Amino acid sequence: MDARITLRVDGRVRPLALDTRTTLLDALRDHLSVTSPKKGCDHGQCGACTVLLDGRRVVSCLILAVTCDGAEVTTAQGLAQEGEPHPVQRAFLEKDAFQCGFCTPGQVCSAVGMLEEVKAGHPSEVTDDLTGPVTLDDEEIRERLSGNLCRCGAYVNIVAALREEAES
Amino acid sequence: MIPFEYLRAGDPAEAVAAVAGRPGAAFLGGGTNLVDHMKLGVAGPDLLVDVSRLPLDRVEETAGGLRIGAAVRNSDLAAHPLVRERYPVLARALLSGASGQLRNVATTAGNLLQRTRCPYFQDVTTPCNKRVPGSGCSAAGGYTRYHAILGASEHCVATHPSDMAVAMVALDAVVAVLGPGGARTLPLAELYRLPGDAPQRDTVLEHGDLIIAVELPHLPFARRSAYRKVRDRASFSFALVSVAAALDLDGGLVRDVRLALGGVAHKPWRATRAEAELRGGPATEDAFRRAAEAELAAARPLPGNAFKVAMTRNAVVATLRALAEEGR
Repeated sequence: MDARITLRVDGRVRPLALDTRTTLLDALRDHLSVTSPKKGCDHGQCGACTVLLDGRRVVSCLILAVTCDGAEVTTAQGLAQEGEPHPVQRAFLEKDAFQCGFCTPGQVCSAVGMLEEVKAGHPSEVTDDLTGPVTLDDEEIRERLSGNLCRCGAYVNIVAALREEAES
Repeated sequence: MIPFEYLRAGDPAEAVAAVAGRPGAAFLGGGTNLVDHMKLGVAGPDLLVDVSRLPLDRVEETAGGLRIGAAVRNSDLAAHPLVRERYPVLARALLSGASGQLRNVATTAGNLLQRTRCPYFQDVTTPCNKRVPGSGCSAAGGYTRYHAILGASEHCVATHPSDMAVAMVALDAVVAVLGPGGARTLPLAELYRLPGDAPQRDTVLEHGDLIIAVELPHLPFARRSAYRKVRDRASFSFALVSVAAALDLDGGLVRDVRLALGGVAHKPWRATRAEAELRGGPATEDAFRRAAEAELAAARPLPGNAFKVAMTRNAVVATLRALAEEGR
């Protein structure tokens, strides 16, 4: 069954005709050649496909593209502005927060979404006071990014990159 | 994945009519469970009726309580100021489930209706009475670490995976349903069923029934409530066992209590025996232990999960002890 939708991807309007079975991840990668979101597990468990959908971090492998008509999608490659890396991307570079790089676009999008959640005052499971302000310490960073796996094990430097970003 | 038609419903009545009129149709909320099941071959709807954008995405204050729209995202519900203030057990339960990305998509009703993570249910190459009635239960004699110790049957030993629902059952939540025959409400605890000889049915809902809201009653002492989750890794993992509790103290006595258990049964398990044991008694560790043991007297663990009986008892004691200390 075919459907016609329009997405705004990394600032560009992209009309699409696709099978209703197509996930947002496959629409981005296979229909639009936007390949920064990666297909890891394809079951919502690894976070490699994380993008920002209308500003919120989501796993694009479990979302049907047909449900996203009119939505704004930002991928890791769309975070850079005029060739300048996003501050989170810069922090990943400076702290050597990756090895093979496969999970990195998802890590970066997840981190950008997570920082917005912190800015909005949203608690996490490890926040002591549910109604108080949030201090983004290492425990908070680890908990909030638990939806992104890194099989190279670059976690220590990912936490370092975000600690720096949280302090700035 | 088999081909399917897609319909974005304009209002709840249209959604109900569209699903009720077609045996192979299904509602689509956030899709974090259903889309996965379609990929795995566990589910194969021929029509998806998208209810995620219906105007059911608000949390409204009622007489002392809250009415939570079915399409409210798990992350938004956990972050809602009134949930954090009045029902910390619910905020904590939500935050302990899944990952940040999934909570941003998963809906309230979808969370309630998510299906078991029994590995045999999710693997279409193995027999499973829940997926294919009458085909047998592969968990019996198989891997049962995450399976039930209470209320199971020879046909199914699966557990309900939700954290949020455990908190809501403890809070006496009520579910508002719109069906082909009209609107009705029922206690959340009565939405779920035990497997018996029909484990393919998780709930009492009929085809075409749409959950439109969850109502939380006024419960002032829920301000002192907690959710404790025991699992194999510290985050992004389903519960081995979990405890949702609210405690109302009168000096050293338990004036009132709400207690529910997760990861132990086919449904979120309201610990009514333990509650009865606790009410009016001393708020001491011994009393908490006796109450937990009273609830667990009916436990029938499997070879792979006998540890969960002691784990549940200890989790109940630890949760109530922490709440009692918080009150002193």
